[in-house]
Amino acid sequence: MAVVEVKNLSFTYSKKTPYQTHALTDVSFSIEEGEFFGIVGATGSGKSTLISHLNVLTKIQSGEINVLGLSVKEKKNLKSIRFSVGMVFQYPEYQLFEDTVEKDVAFGPKNMKLDKEEIDRRVKEALNLVGLDYDLYAKRSPFELSGGEKRRVAIAGVIAMEPKILVLDEVAAGLDPEGREDILKLIKKLQKEKCPTVVLISHNMDDIASLADRILVLSKGRVEFLGTPKEVFKNYDRMNELKLGVPLATRIQKKLEEKGMSFSDVCVTADQLAHELKRISAKEAENV
Amino acid sequence: MFKDIAFGQYYPTSSFVHNLDPRIKLLLTVLFIVTIFFIQTYFSFLVTLVFLIVVILFSRVPVLSVLKSVKGILFLVLFAAIINLFFVSTGEVIYEKVITDWWTFRITWDGVHNSIKLTLRLIFLITGASIISLTTTPMRLTDGIESLLKPLKVIKFPVHDIAIIMSIALRFIPTLLDETHKTINAQKARGAAFDTGGLIKKAKSMLPVLIPLFVSAFRRADELAFAMDARCYNATEKRTKMRKLKLGWRDLIATLFVAGYATFIFVDRYYFLGLDHVLFPGVF
Repeated sequence: MAVVEVKNLSFTYSKKTPYQTHALTDVSFSIEEGEFFGIVGATGSGKSTLISHLNVLTKIQSGEINVLGLSVKEKKNLKSIRFSVGMVFQYPEYQLFEDTVEKDVAFGPKNMKLDKEEIDRRVKEALNLVGLDYDLYAKRSPFELSGGEKRRVAIAGVIAMEPKILVLDEVAAGLDPEGREDILKLIKKLQKEKCPTVVLISHNMDDIASLADRILVLSKGRVEFLGTPKEVFKNYDRMNELKLGVPLATRIQKKLEEKGMSFSDVCVTADQLAHELKRISAKEAENV
Repeated sequence: MFKDIAFGQYYPTSSFVHNLDPRIKLLLTVLFIVTIFFIQTYFSFLVTLVFLIVVILFSRVPVLSVLKSVKGILFLVLFAAIINLFFVSTGEVIYEKVITDWWTFRITWDGVHNSIKLTLRLIFLITGASIISLTTTPMRLTDGIESLLKPLKVIKFPVHDIAIIMSIALRFIPTLLDETHKTINAQKARGAAFDTGGLIKKAKSMLPVLIPLFVSAFRRADELAFAMDARCYNATEKRTKMRKLKLGWRDLIATLFVAGYATFIFVDRYYFLGLDHVLFPGVF
Protein backbone atom coordinates (compact mmCIF):
# COMPACT_ATOMS: atom_id res chain seq x y z
CA MET A 1 0.00 0.00 0.00
CA ALA A 2 1.29 3.42 -0.87
CA VAL A 3 1.52 5.66 2.19
CA VAL A 4 2.57 8.71 0.21
CA GLU A 5 1.39 9.51 -3.29
CA VAL A 6 2.71 12.54 -5.13
CA LYS A 7 1.21 13.37 -8.50
CA ASN A 8 2.38 16.07 -10.91
CA LEU A 9 3.61 18.30 -8.12
CA SER A 10 4.93 21.70 -9.23
CA PHE A 11 6.02 24.59 -7.08
CA THR A 12 7.28 28.11 -7.85
CA TYR A 13 8.85 30.47 -5.32
CA SER A 14 8.04 34.21 -5.43
CA LYS A 15 5.63 33.90 -8.30
CA LYS A 16 5.42 36.88 -10.64
CA THR A 17 8.42 38.71 -9.16
CA PRO A 18 11.96 39.04 -10.49
CA TYR A 19 12.96 36.45 -7.86
CA GLN A 20 10.70 33.78 -9.37
CA THR A 21 12.25 30.30 -9.32
CA HIS A 22 10.74 26.97 -10.27
CA ALA A 23 11.60 24.71 -7.36
CA LEU A 24 9.64 21.67 -8.51
CA THR A 25 8.28 20.74 -11.93
CA ASP A 26 5.88 17.87 -12.49
CA VAL A 27 7.18 15.54 -9.79
CA SER A 28 5.38 12.22 -9.38
CA PHE A 29 6.23 9.20 -7.22
CA SER A 30 4.82 7.09 -4.43
CA ILE A 31 6.26 5.61 -1.26
CA GLU A 32 5.16 2.15 -0.13
CA GLU A 33 4.51 1.18 3.45
CA GLY A 34 7.63 -0.17 5.13
CA GLU A 35 9.91 1.29 2.49
CA PHE A 36 13.21 3.05 3.08
CA PHE A 37 12.99 5.82 0.50
CA GLY A 38 16.06 7.87 -0.39
CA ILE A 39 16.01 11.31 -2.01
CA VAL A 40 19.18 12.75 -3.54
CA GLY A 41 19.87 15.87 -5.55
CA ALA A 42 22.36 18.71 -5.77
CA THR A 43 21.86 21.85 -3.68
CA GLY A 44 18.84 23.74 -4.95
CA SER A 45 17.34 20.74 -6.72
CA GLY A 46 14.13 21.04 -4.70
CA LYS A 47 14.56 18.28 -2.11
CA SER A 48 13.69 20.43 0.87
CA THR A 49 10.74 22.01 -0.90
CA LEU A 50 9.52 18.54 -1.78
CA ILE A 51 9.62 17.14 1.74
CA SER A 52 8.10 20.26 3.25
CA HIS A 53 5.05 19.43 1.15
CA LEU A 54 4.74 16.04 2.83
CA ASN A 55 3.44 17.51 6.04
CA VAL A 56 1.88 20.64 4.61
CA LEU A 57 4.52 23.11 5.77
CA THR A 58 4.43 24.37 2.20
CA LYS A 59 1.05 24.96 0.68
CA ILE A 60 0.55 22.95 -2.46
CA GLN A 61 0.32 25.04 -5.65
CA SER A 62 -0.41 22.49 -8.32
CA GLY A 63 -0.61 18.71 -8.44
CA GLU A 64 -1.77 16.33 -5.79
CA ILE A 65 -0.39 14.69 -2.65
CA ASN A 66 -2.03 12.03 -0.54
CA VAL A 67 -0.50 11.03 2.77
CA LEU A 68 -2.00 7.86 4.28
CA GLY A 69 -4.95 8.40 1.99
CA LEU A 70 -5.53 11.96 3.17
CA SER A 71 -5.28 14.83 0.70
CA VAL A 72 -3.01 17.69 1.79
CA LYS A 73 -5.40 20.12 0.14
CA GLU A 74 -8.09 19.58 2.78
CA LYS A 75 -7.63 21.83 5.78
CA LYS A 76 -9.23 19.36 8.17
CA ASN A 77 -6.50 16.80 7.42
CA LEU A 78 -3.71 19.17 8.44
CA LYS A 79 -3.35 18.07 12.07
CA SER A 80 -3.52 14.35 11.43
CA ILE A 81 -1.01 14.60 8.55
CA ARG A 82 1.40 16.66 10.66
CA PHE A 83 1.20 14.11 13.46
CA SER A 84 1.66 11.10 11.21
CA VAL A 85 4.65 12.51 9.30
CA GLY A 86 7.60 13.05 11.63
CA MET A 87 10.05 15.63 10.28
CA VAL A 88 13.68 15.80 11.30
CA PHE A 89 15.14 18.84 9.58
CA GLN A 90 18.77 19.68 8.86
CA TYR A 91 20.59 20.51 12.08
CA PRO A 92 17.56 19.65 14.21
CA GLU A 93 19.51 20.54 17.36
CA TYR A 94 18.86 24.22 16.61
CA GLN A 95 15.17 23.82 17.40
CA LEU A 96 15.70 22.78 21.01
CA PHE A 97 14.33 25.41 23.38
CA GLU A 98 13.10 23.97 26.68
CA ASP A 99 15.12 24.06 29.87
CA THR A 100 15.24 20.28 30.26
CA VAL A 101 15.66 17.46 27.79
CA GLU A 102 12.52 15.83 29.09
CA LYS A 103 10.35 18.89 28.43
CA ASP A 104 11.76 19.37 24.99
CA VAL A 105 11.02 15.81 23.94
CA ALA A 106 7.53 16.19 25.41
CA PHE A 107 6.77 19.25 23.28
CA GLY A 108 5.39 17.25 20.35
CA PRO A 109 3.30 14.78 22.37
CA LYS A 110 1.94 17.71 24.43
CA ASN A 111 0.77 19.41 21.26
CA MET A 112 -1.00 16.17 20.41
CA LYS A 113 -3.00 16.66 23.62
CA LEU A 114 -2.10 13.27 25.06
CA ASP A 115 -2.53 12.63 28.78
CA LYS A 116 0.35 12.98 31.17
CA GLU A 117 1.11 9.29 31.66
CA GLU A 118 1.18 8.64 27.93
CA ILE A 119 3.51 11.61 27.42
CA ASP A 120 5.87 10.35 30.13
CA ARG A 121 5.86 6.86 28.66
CA ARG A 122 6.64 8.18 25.19
CA VAL A 123 9.40 10.51 26.37
CA LYS A 124 11.08 7.67 28.25
CA GLU A 125 10.75 5.30 25.34
CA ALA A 126 11.96 7.84 22.76
CA LEU A 127 15.01 8.82 24.81
CA ASN A 128 15.98 5.20 25.37
CA LEU A 129 15.44 4.44 21.68
CA VAL A 130 17.88 7.14 20.58
CA GLY A 131 20.38 5.78 23.08
CA LEU A 132 20.22 8.41 25.80
CA ASP A 133 19.70 7.06 29.27
CA TYR A 134 16.48 8.60 30.60
CA ASP A 135 17.64 8.90 34.21
CA LEU A 136 20.90 10.55 33.22
CA TYR A 137 19.58 13.00 30.65
CA ALA A 138 15.96 13.82 31.47
CA LYS A 139 16.66 16.73 33.82
CA ARG A 140 19.64 18.21 32.02
CA SER A 141 19.47 21.31 29.87
CA PRO A 142 19.63 20.48 26.17
CA PHE A 143 22.03 23.40 25.67
CA GLU A 144 24.80 21.81 27.70
CA LEU A 145 24.89 18.57 25.70
CA SER A 146 27.37 17.74 22.93
CA GLY A 147 26.39 18.18 19.28
CA GLY A 148 25.67 14.49 18.74
CA GLU A 149 23.62 14.26 21.94
CA LYS A 150 21.61 17.35 21.01
CA ARG A 151 20.78 15.81 17.70
CA ARG A 152 19.60 12.64 19.41
CA VAL A 153 17.37 14.69 21.71
CA ALA A 154 15.88 16.45 18.69
CA ILE A 155 15.25 13.13 16.97
CA ALA A 156 13.70 11.76 20.17
CA GLY A 157 11.36 14.78 20.14
CA VAL A 158 10.04 13.64 16.77
CA ILE A 159 10.01 9.92 17.63
CA ALA A 160 7.95 10.63 20.75
CA MET A 161 5.10 11.68 18.47
CA GLU A 162 5.14 8.12 17.10
CA PRO A 163 4.81 9.13 13.46
CA LYS A 164 3.85 6.61 10.79
CA ILE A 165 6.35 8.09 8.35
CA LEU A 166 9.71 9.46 9.42
CA VAL A 167 11.31 12.07 7.15
CA LEU A 168 14.97 12.92 7.74
CA ASP A 169 16.78 15.76 5.98
CA GLU A 170 20.59 15.34 5.96
CA VAL A 171 20.45 13.85 9.40
CA ALA A 172 24.16 13.00 9.58
CA ALA A 173 25.44 16.39 8.35
CA GLY A 174 28.15 18.00 10.42
CA LEU A 175 28.85 14.99 12.63
CA ASP A 176 32.22 13.26 12.97
CA PRO A 177 32.60 9.85 11.26
CA GLU A 178 31.70 7.95 14.40
CA GLY A 179 28.71 10.13 15.16
CA ARG A 180 27.59 9.71 11.58
CA GLU A 181 27.83 5.94 11.81
CA ASP A 182 25.91 5.97 15.09
CA ILE A 183 23.10 8.14 13.74
CA LEU A 184 22.69 5.94 10.66
CA LYS A 185 22.58 2.83 12.83
CA LEU A 186 19.98 4.58 14.94
CA ILE A 187 17.86 5.30 11.88
CA LYS A 188 17.95 1.64 10.90
CA LYS A 189 16.96 0.66 14.42
CA LEU A 190 14.12 3.17 14.45
CA GLN A 191 12.81 1.78 11.20
CA LYS A 192 12.82 -1.74 12.60
CA GLU A 193 11.31 -0.97 15.98
CA LYS A 194 9.20 2.12 15.69
CA CYS A 195 8.49 3.59 12.32
CA PRO A 196 8.75 1.30 9.30
CA THR A 197 8.46 3.93 6.57
CA VAL A 198 11.48 6.24 6.35
CA VAL A 199 12.32 8.98 3.87
CA LEU A 200 15.96 10.03 3.95
CA ILE A 201 17.59 12.94 2.17
CA SER A 202 21.34 12.63 1.91
CA HIS A 203 24.31 13.88 -0.04
CA ASN A 204 26.26 10.78 0.85
CA MET A 205 25.74 8.20 -1.88
CA ASP A 206 27.32 5.43 0.21
CA ASP A 207 24.78 5.94 3.00
CA ILE A 208 21.89 6.09 0.59
CA ALA A 209 23.06 3.03 -1.36
CA SER A 210 23.35 0.87 1.73
CA LEU A 211 20.16 2.05 3.42
CA ALA A 212 17.54 2.82 0.80
CA ASP A 213 15.22 0.39 -0.95
CA ARG A 214 14.48 2.93 -3.66
CA ILE A 215 16.05 6.25 -4.58
CA LEU A 216 14.53 9.36 -6.13
CA VAL A 217 17.05 11.57 -7.93
CA LEU A 218 16.03 15.20 -8.37
CA SER A 219 17.69 17.62 -10.74
CA LYS A 220 16.54 21.22 -11.09
CA GLY A 221 13.17 20.31 -9.62
CA ARG A 222 12.51 17.39 -11.99
CA VAL A 223 12.65 13.65 -11.40
CA GLU A 224 15.85 12.37 -13.03
CA PHE A 225 15.79 8.76 -11.84
CA LEU A 226 13.57 6.67 -9.62
CA GLY A 227 14.44 3.10 -8.75
CA THR A 228 16.52 0.72 -6.66
CA PRO A 229 20.09 1.79 -5.86
CA LYS A 230 21.40 -0.55 -8.56
CA GLU A 231 19.04 0.88 -11.16
CA VAL A 232 20.01 4.43 -10.24
CA PHE A 233 23.77 4.05 -9.88
CA LYS A 234 24.26 2.15 -13.11
CA ASN A 235 23.81 5.59 -14.70
CA TYR A 236 27.39 6.30 -13.73
CA ASP A 237 28.08 9.19 -16.09
CA ARG A 238 24.79 10.99 -15.57
CA MET A 239 25.11 10.82 -11.78
CA ASN A 240 28.54 12.42 -12.07
CA GLU A 241 27.16 15.08 -14.40
CA LEU A 242 24.56 15.93 -11.76
CA LYS A 243 27.44 16.48 -9.31
CA LEU A 244 26.10 13.71 -7.10
CA GLY A 245 28.51 10.91 -7.94
CA VAL A 246 28.09 7.25 -7.15
CA PRO A 247 28.98 5.13 -4.12
CA LEU A 248 32.64 4.28 -3.56
CA ALA A 249 32.01 0.61 -4.38
CA THR A 250 30.58 1.56 -7.77
CA ARG A 251 33.53 3.85 -8.42
CA ILE A 252 36.02 1.06 -7.65
CA GLN A 253 34.05 -1.30 -9.86
CA LYS A 254 34.22 1.21 -12.71
CA LYS A 255 37.99 1.55 -12.32
CA LEU A 256 38.39 -2.22 -12.33
CA GLU A 257 36.23 -2.47 -15.43
CA GLU A 258 38.48 0.06 -17.14
CA LYS A 259 41.39 -2.25 -16.30
CA GLY A 260 39.62 -5.08 -18.10
CA MET A 261 37.66 -6.87 -15.40
CA SER A 262 34.05 -7.71 -16.19
CA PHE A 263 31.26 -7.83 -13.64
CA SER A 264 27.84 -9.36 -14.01
CA ASP A 265 26.02 -6.69 -12.01
CA VAL A 266 26.38 -3.14 -10.66
CA CYS A 267 27.72 -3.03 -7.12
CA VAL A 268 26.60 -0.22 -4.85
CA THR A 269 27.87 -1.37 -1.46
CA ALA A 270 31.15 -2.77 -0.21
CA ASP A 271 29.47 -6.08 0.55
CA GLN A 272 28.18 -6.46 -2.99
CA LEU A 273 31.57 -5.58 -4.46
CA ALA A 274 33.36 -8.04 -2.17
CA HIS A 275 30.87 -10.70 -3.14
CA GLU A 276 31.37 -10.06 -6.86
CA LEU A 277 35.16 -10.05 -6.51
CA LYS A 278 35.05 -13.34 -4.61
CA ARG A 279 32.91 -14.88 -7.34
CA ILE A 280 35.27 -13.65 -10.03
CA SER A 281 38.39 -14.93 -8.29
CA ALA A 282 36.70 -18.31 -7.68
CA LYS A 283 35.89 -18.47 -11.39
CA GLU A 284 39.47 -17.63 -12.30
CA ALA A 285 40.77 -20.33 -9.95
CA GLU A 286 38.49 -22.78 -11.69
CA ASN A 287 39.80 -21.78 -15.11
CA VAL A 288 43.45 -22.09 -14.13
CA MET B 1 13.32 29.83 2.61
CA PHE B 2 13.96 33.51 2.33
CA LYS B 3 13.46 33.35 -1.41
CA ASP B 4 9.85 33.62 -0.43
CA ILE B 5 10.29 36.98 1.24
CA ALA B 6 11.41 39.81 -1.00
CA PHE B 7 14.16 41.45 1.00
CA GLY B 8 13.44 45.08 1.68
CA GLN B 9 11.91 46.56 -1.39
CA TYR B 10 14.81 46.42 -3.78
CA TYR B 11 13.78 45.69 -7.34
CA PRO B 12 16.73 44.05 -9.07
CA THR B 13 17.33 45.38 -12.55
CA SER B 14 19.76 47.73 -14.21
CA SER B 15 18.63 51.21 -15.06
CA PHE B 16 19.69 54.83 -15.14
CA VAL B 17 18.33 55.36 -11.63
CA HIS B 18 19.77 52.09 -10.29
CA ASN B 19 23.23 53.06 -11.43
CA LEU B 20 23.23 56.48 -9.79
CA ASP B 21 25.60 57.12 -6.92
CA PRO B 22 23.72 56.35 -3.68
CA ARG B 23 24.92 59.64 -2.14
CA ILE B 24 23.41 61.59 -5.00
CA LYS B 25 20.22 59.60 -4.73
CA LEU B 26 19.98 60.29 -1.00
CA LEU B 27 20.60 64.02 -1.42
CA LEU B 28 18.21 64.32 -4.35
CA THR B 29 15.52 62.46 -2.41
CA VAL B 30 15.90 64.90 0.45
CA LEU B 31 15.70 67.81 -1.99
CA PHE B 32 12.58 66.32 -3.55
CA ILE B 33 10.88 65.82 -0.18
CA VAL B 34 11.65 69.39 0.88
CA THR B 35 10.42 70.72 -2.45
CA ILE B 36 7.12 68.88 -2.13
CA PHE B 37 6.28 70.93 0.96
CA PHE B 38 6.62 74.13 -1.01
CA ILE B 39 4.05 73.14 -3.59
CA GLN B 40 1.04 75.42 -3.45
CA THR B 41 -0.69 75.24 -6.79
CA TYR B 42 -2.38 72.43 -8.65
CA PHE B 43 -0.22 73.20 -11.61
CA SER B 44 2.87 72.35 -9.53
CA PHE B 45 1.26 69.10 -8.48
CA LEU B 46 0.73 68.25 -12.11
CA VAL B 47 4.39 68.99 -12.84
CA THR B 48 5.41 66.80 -9.89
CA LEU B 49 3.31 63.96 -11.23
CA VAL B 50 5.00 64.24 -14.62
CA PHE B 51 8.39 64.44 -12.88
CA LEU B 52 7.70 61.24 -10.91
CA ILE B 53 6.46 59.39 -13.98
CA VAL B 54 9.66 60.31 -15.82
CA VAL B 55 11.78 59.09 -12.87
CA ILE B 56 9.85 55.82 -12.64
CA LEU B 57 10.23 55.28 -16.37
CA PHE B 58 13.97 55.77 -16.10
CA SER B 59 14.18 53.40 -13.11
CA ARG B 60 12.49 50.57 -15.04
CA VAL B 61 10.59 49.57 -11.92
CA PRO B 62 7.01 48.43 -12.60
CA VAL B 63 4.52 51.11 -11.55
CA LEU B 64 2.70 48.43 -9.56
CA SER B 65 5.69 47.97 -7.22
CA VAL B 66 5.75 51.70 -6.56
CA LEU B 67 2.02 51.84 -5.92
CA LYS B 68 2.34 48.96 -3.47
CA SER B 69 4.27 51.16 -1.05
CA VAL B 70 1.65 53.88 -1.42
CA LYS B 71 -0.99 51.33 -0.47
CA GLY B 72 0.77 50.90 2.87
CA ILE B 73 0.01 54.46 3.96
CA LEU B 74 -3.41 54.78 2.37
CA PHE B 75 -5.10 54.70 5.77
CA LEU B 76 -2.91 57.49 7.11
CA VAL B 77 -3.56 59.59 4.02
CA LEU B 78 -7.32 59.15 4.25
CA PHE B 79 -7.28 59.95 7.95
CA ALA B 80 -5.32 63.16 7.42
CA ALA B 81 -7.55 64.18 4.53
CA ILE B 82 -10.73 63.70 6.54
CA ILE B 83 -9.37 65.61 9.51
CA ASN B 84 -8.48 68.48 7.20
CA LEU B 85 -11.84 68.41 5.50
CA PHE B 86 -13.76 68.69 8.77
CA PHE B 87 -11.59 70.95 10.83
CA VAL B 88 -10.48 73.66 8.44
CA SER B 89 -13.08 76.37 8.89
CA THR B 90 -11.76 79.27 6.84
CA GLY B 91 -12.84 80.17 3.34
CA GLU B 92 -16.10 80.01 1.49
CA VAL B 93 -18.58 77.68 3.21
CA ILE B 94 -20.08 74.78 1.26
CA TYR B 95 -22.07 73.09 3.98
CA GLU B 96 -22.85 74.17 7.50
CA LYS B 97 -24.73 72.59 10.37
CA VAL B 98 -24.85 73.81 13.95
CA ILE B 99 -24.37 70.82 16.22
CA THR B 100 -23.87 72.46 19.58
CA ASP B 101 -23.53 76.09 20.45
CA TRP B 102 -19.77 75.79 20.67
CA TRP B 103 -19.14 73.72 17.55
CA THR B 104 -20.50 74.15 14.09
CA PHE B 105 -19.92 71.40 11.57
CA ARG B 106 -18.61 73.19 8.52
CA ILE B 107 -17.09 72.13 5.24
CA THR B 108 -15.34 74.90 3.35
CA TRP B 109 -13.57 75.27 0.01
CA ASP B 110 -10.32 75.78 1.89
CA GLY B 111 -10.84 72.49 3.64
CA VAL B 112 -11.49 70.69 0.38
CA HIS B 113 -8.39 72.19 -1.23
CA ASN B 114 -6.28 71.44 1.81
CA SER B 115 -7.37 67.80 1.89
CA ILE B 116 -6.69 67.27 -1.79
CA LYS B 117 -3.29 68.93 -1.58
CA LEU B 118 -2.33 67.03 1.56
CA THR B 119 -3.32 63.74 -0.02
CA LEU B 120 -1.31 64.47 -3.15
CA ARG B 121 1.66 65.64 -1.12
CA LEU B 122 1.75 62.49 1.03
CA ILE B 123 1.34 60.18 -1.95
CA PHE B 124 4.13 61.95 -3.86
CA LEU B 125 6.32 61.87 -0.77
CA ILE B 126 5.98 58.11 -0.35
CA THR B 127 6.41 57.55 -4.08
CA GLY B 128 9.64 59.53 -4.08
CA ALA B 129 10.98 57.78 -1.01
CA SER B 130 10.06 54.35 -2.34
CA ILE B 131 11.89 54.98 -5.60
CA ILE B 132 15.19 55.21 -3.75
CA SER B 133 14.59 52.02 -1.77
CA LEU B 134 13.39 50.21 -4.89
CA THR B 135 16.47 51.12 -6.87
CA THR B 136 19.25 50.95 -4.26
CA THR B 137 20.45 47.85 -2.43
CA PRO B 138 20.59 48.31 1.36
CA MET B 139 24.37 47.86 1.21
CA ARG B 140 24.86 50.69 -1.26
CA LEU B 141 22.51 52.84 0.78
CA THR B 142 24.65 52.24 3.86
CA ASP B 143 27.78 53.10 1.89
CA GLY B 144 26.11 56.31 0.80
CA ILE B 145 25.04 57.25 4.32
CA GLU B 146 28.52 56.54 5.64
CA SER B 147 30.08 58.73 3.02
CA LEU B 148 27.62 61.56 3.64
CA LEU B 149 28.14 61.43 7.39
CA LYS B 150 31.93 61.65 7.05
CA PRO B 151 32.12 65.34 8.01
CA LEU B 152 30.78 64.38 11.45
CA LYS B 153 34.11 62.68 12.14
CA VAL B 154 35.37 66.10 13.07
CA ILE B 155 33.21 66.08 16.19
CA LYS B 156 34.38 62.51 16.99
CA PHE B 157 31.17 60.91 15.80
CA PRO B 158 31.98 57.21 15.12
CA VAL B 159 30.75 57.24 11.52
CA HIS B 160 32.56 54.10 10.47
CA ASP B 161 31.38 52.05 13.46
CA ILE B 162 27.80 53.09 12.88
CA ALA B 163 28.15 52.15 9.23
CA ILE B 164 29.60 48.72 9.98
CA ILE B 165 26.87 48.08 12.56
CA MET B 166 24.28 49.04 9.99
CA SER B 167 25.73 46.83 7.30
CA ILE B 168 26.06 43.85 9.64
CA ALA B 169 22.46 44.30 10.76
CA LEU B 170 21.31 44.51 7.16
CA ARG B 171 23.44 41.55 6.17
CA PHE B 172 21.86 39.37 8.85
CA ILE B 173 18.23 40.22 8.19
CA PRO B 174 17.81 37.60 5.45
CA THR B 175 19.86 35.06 7.41
CA LEU B 176 17.76 35.46 10.51
CA LEU B 177 14.55 35.51 8.49
CA ASP B 178 15.60 32.26 6.90
CA GLU B 179 16.35 30.81 10.29
CA THR B 180 13.06 32.00 11.75
CA HIS B 181 11.28 30.37 8.87
CA LYS B 182 13.10 27.09 9.41
CA THR B 183 12.49 27.08 13.15
CA ILE B 184 8.81 27.87 12.69
CA ASN B 185 8.57 24.96 10.27
CA ALA B 186 10.37 22.61 12.63
CA GLN B 187 8.09 23.51 15.53
CA LYS B 188 5.00 23.39 13.33
CA ALA B 189 6.05 19.87 12.34
CA ARG B 190 6.02 19.05 16.04
CA GLY B 191 2.45 20.25 16.23
CA ALA B 192 2.99 23.81 17.46
CA ALA B 193 0.16 26.20 16.62
CA PHE B 194 1.07 29.86 16.25
CA ASP B 195 -2.19 31.46 15.33
CA THR B 196 -4.70 30.20 17.83
CA GLY B 197 -5.66 31.29 21.33
CA GLY B 198 -5.60 34.65 23.06
CA LEU B 199 -2.82 37.21 23.19
CA ILE B 200 -0.92 35.61 26.08
CA LYS B 201 -1.23 32.15 24.60
CA LYS B 202 -0.04 33.47 21.25
CA ALA B 203 2.95 35.18 22.83
CA LYS B 204 3.78 32.00 24.73
CA SER B 205 3.54 29.95 21.58
CA MET B 206 6.31 32.10 20.05
CA LEU B 207 8.81 30.97 22.70
CA PRO B 208 9.75 27.75 20.86
CA VAL B 209 10.77 29.99 17.95
CA LEU B 210 12.31 32.91 19.84
CA ILE B 211 14.61 30.90 22.09
CA PRO B 212 16.34 28.96 19.30
CA LEU B 213 16.51 32.18 17.31
CA PHE B 214 18.26 34.08 20.11
CA VAL B 215 20.63 31.20 20.72
CA SER B 216 21.61 31.14 17.08
CA ALA B 217 21.85 34.94 16.81
CA PHE B 218 24.36 34.98 19.68
CA ARG B 219 26.24 32.06 18.18
CA ARG B 220 26.44 33.85 14.84
CA ALA B 221 27.53 37.11 16.48
CA ASP B 222 30.29 35.22 18.26
CA GLU B 223 31.44 33.51 15.09
CA LEU B 224 31.38 36.76 13.16
CA ALA B 225 33.43 38.52 15.83
CA PHE B 226 36.00 35.71 15.66
CA ALA B 227 36.10 35.86 11.89
CA MET B 228 36.60 39.64 11.93
CA ASP B 229 39.28 39.34 14.58
CA ALA B 230 41.04 36.64 12.60
CA ARG B 231 41.28 39.07 9.70
CA CYS B 232 42.66 41.77 11.98
CA TYR B 233 39.61 43.98 11.64
CA ASN B 234 40.25 47.32 13.24
CA ALA B 235 37.72 50.09 12.95
CA THR B 236 40.03 52.87 14.08
CA GLU B 237 42.53 52.63 11.29
CA LYS B 238 42.13 54.24 7.92
CA ARG B 239 40.29 51.58 5.97
CA THR B 240 39.90 51.45 2.23
CA LYS B 241 36.68 50.48 0.52
CA MET B 242 36.05 47.57 -1.76
CA ARG B 243 33.25 49.34 -3.61
CA LYS B 244 34.44 52.87 -4.06
CA LEU B 245 31.69 55.36 -4.76
CA LYS B 246 32.38 57.41 -7.84
CA LEU B 247 30.38 60.22 -9.35
CA GLY B 248 29.68 59.97 -13.05
CA TRP B 249 27.87 61.73 -15.87
CA ARG B 250 24.60 60.11 -14.79
CA ASP B 251 24.82 61.82 -11.43
CA LEU B 252 25.30 65.20 -13.08
CA ILE B 253 22.28 64.72 -15.34
CA ALA B 254 20.11 63.51 -12.47
CA THR B 255 21.16 66.42 -10.29
CA LEU B 256 20.41 68.94 -13.02
CA PHE B 257 17.04 67.29 -13.67
CA VAL B 258 15.92 67.32 -10.03
CA ALA B 259 17.35 70.78 -9.45
CA GLY B 260 15.45 72.02 -12.48
CA TYR B 261 12.27 70.55 -11.12
CA ALA B 262 12.83 72.09 -7.68
CA THR B 263 13.59 75.48 -9.22
CA PHE B 264 10.36 75.35 -11.15
CA ILE B 265 8.36 74.61 -7.99
CA PHE B 266 9.98 77.46 -6.09
CA VAL B 267 9.52 79.89 -8.95
CA ASP B 268 5.89 78.87 -9.29
CA ARG B 269 5.38 79.45 -5.61
CA TYR B 270 7.15 82.78 -5.17
CA TYR B 271 7.02 84.61 -8.48
CA PHE B 272 3.91 83.67 -10.38
CA LEU B 273 1.45 83.46 -7.54
CA GLY B 274 -1.24 81.20 -8.84
CA LEU B 275 0.13 80.10 -12.18
CA ASP B 276 -2.78 77.70 -12.41
CA HIS B 277 -5.19 80.62 -12.34
CA VAL B 278 -3.66 81.71 -15.58
CA LEU B 279 -3.64 78.24 -17.08
CA PHE B 280 -6.97 76.94 -15.80
CA PRO B 281 -9.03 80.08 -15.33
CA GLY B 282 -12.18 79.66 -13.35
CA VAL B 283 -11.50 76.09 -12.23
CA PHE B 284 -9.71 76.75 -8.97
